[in-house]
Amino acid sequence: MTERVVIVGAGHASAQVCASLRRDGWSGEILLIGDEPSLPYQRPPLSKAFLAGESTLADLLIRKPEFYEKEHIVFRRGRVTGIDRDAATVGLDDGETLGYDKLVLCTGARPRPLPVPGAELAGVHDLRDVADAQSIRSGLATAGRAVVIGGGYIGLEAAASLRKLGLAVTVLELADRVLQRVTTPRISAFYDRVHREEGIDLRLGTGVVALEGDGRVTGVRLADDEVIATDLVVVGVGVVPNVELAQAAGLTVDDGIAVDAHGRTEDPAVFAAGDCTSYVDARSGCRLRLECVANAVEQAKTVSATICGHDRSISALPWFWSDQFDLKLQIAGLSTGYDETVLRGDPDTGRSFACFYFAEGRLIAADCVNRAQDFMFSKRAIAEGLSPDRGLLADSDTQLASLLQASSTGGG
Amino acid sequence: MNAKMGTITFIEHDGTEHEVEFVDGSSLMELATSNGVPGIDGDCGGEASCGTCHVIVDDAWIAVAGTRSDVERQMIEMSPECAANSRLACQLKACPDLDGLKVRLPEFQM
Ligand SMILES: Cc1cc2nc3c(=O)[nH]c(=O)nc-3n(C[C@H](O)[C@H](O)[C@H](O)COP(=O)(O)OP(=O)(O)OC[C@H]3O[C@@H](n4cnc5c(N)ncnc54)[C@H](O)[C@@H]3O)c2cc1C
Ligand code: FES
Repeated sequence: MTERVVIVGAGHASAQVCASLRRDGWSGEILLIGDEPSLPYQRPPLSKAFLAGESTLADLLIRKPEFYEKEHIVFRRGRVTGIDRDAATVGLDDGETLGYDKLVLCTGARPRPLPVPGAELAGVHDLRDVADAQSIRSGLATAGRAVVIGGGYIGLEAAASLRKLGLAVTVLELADRVLQRVTTPRISAFYDRVHREEGIDLRLGTGVVALEGDGRVTGVRLADDEVIATDLVVVGVGVVPNVELAQAAGLTVDDGIAVDAHGRTEDPAVFAAGDCTSYVDARSGCRLRLECVANAVEQAKTVSATICGHDRSISALPWFWSDQFDLKLQIAGLSTGYDETVLRGDPDTGRSFACFYFAEGRLIAADCVNRAQDFMFSKRAIAEGLSPDRGLLADSDTQLASLLQASSTGGG
Repeated sequence: MNAKMGTITFIEHDGTEHEVEFVDGSSLMELATSNGVPGIDGDCGGEASCGTCHVIVDDAWIAVAGTRSDVERQMIEMSPECAANSRLACQLKACPDLDGLKVRLPEFQM
């Protein structure tokens, strides 16, 4: 009998688990079970190029169908409804039971529901999967106005894409700055300025009490009773990790499905990767639940190596990107815990700058807007634990490459 | 199935060669990932955002393939393995003129 890896969820993490398992030498069966109709695809374009109508579903596939055929990876459409760890089986919604030798949970996350009346009206959309993006797109022909609820990355990207298509767009954010949960005040202020310059009606500190309409949404009622008329609502108020399967199977859940540095749960046959997990980051010592492709890929590679008996731990630096209007933001590392910032370029005027974050003299993260070079510099400098000279870094005349050689690897 | 348009060879850092056929104008990143060529990750899906698809075009081919764009230059030049003919595979589209192209992979993607 050949051994079988069963992967639950067909998204970014599982696509990488599939590819890495074959590279790492797994010759047994690989069974990929996913509840979406398609093979794994890229989600990031859903709020960017795909929403703006610049790409198609075929462009989104992470790997072409031929890849799965050639590598003998079987894709099974279905929803896993339970795990029996004693029997080493998973149950599907169509009643079938399938055995596993190793189980990898890549169940991702789902949109956090908006807890107000009217959230179920037609014309109100989440933005997590391709079906969401398609239904937003299909409503665009008749829509002139859109309200985006939530000023996080996905909300702001959706706002920018809809604005690009010519809609009048309002963004409502409960906090007193956009991107509050994910970035520093300086970057929030920059995106605030740009969105207003691009004609977005951005309202901070604004709560929504109801979505109104007769079958189809026509307005958004705010806490002060003002009603904003609209043809379309996009809700982007965060995600919740899909941990219920693991929880019901008795595995530890600590915000996400708890995995160790090798991607293992406490059951030696069960692993997890991607948005559904949390783990203790070796750099900061903090438990993190990250929602980004880089993390999904890194954890997936680690799980595959562990399954195949190679020694690998979750170590690559997290990074992220966001496209809005003519801005390409690239983020290297995590800025949590910074005690000093250094700017290269001016975020208050132009549209190109980098903000570097230091902790105890060491570079830990960088937000780079339209500065690919600064981003790649940061990726390398952070990974190598460098402490580049702050004065030279701030000086636009300094060649960044020279700082890679000159900077010390010490603490200050 | 479309008719074959050509073949591209990816050469790993240790010399292992992977010959990949192409039938359409996919990018070299898509060709590599869809054919299980190790050493090209393509984490950003081809948006020139991640820099994990660095390849070095064979000298004999650089005139046909073309040199890197400004964005590619910014992304690649910080790599310790950057060479004169370094490109981002996601920004290089397969076409009949590139039938027979050889590209080398760096030891590490950044
Ligand atoms: C609009 C949007 C824009 C984004 N932009 C960026 C970006 O610019 N950069 C970035 O790094 N990240 C971005 N992200 C986040 C990124 O897409 C996620 O981090 C990534 O998809 C996580 O991969 P995953 O495999 O963990 O989960 P997912 O890709 O969510 O895949 C999980 C899959 O599992 C399925 N599933 C769940 N439970 C079951 C079950 N019981 N049975 C069967 N199937 C199940 C789900 O339906 C889903 O298909 C974006 C996300 C969205 C939605
Ligand atoms: S795939 Fe990300 S830069 Fe080419």
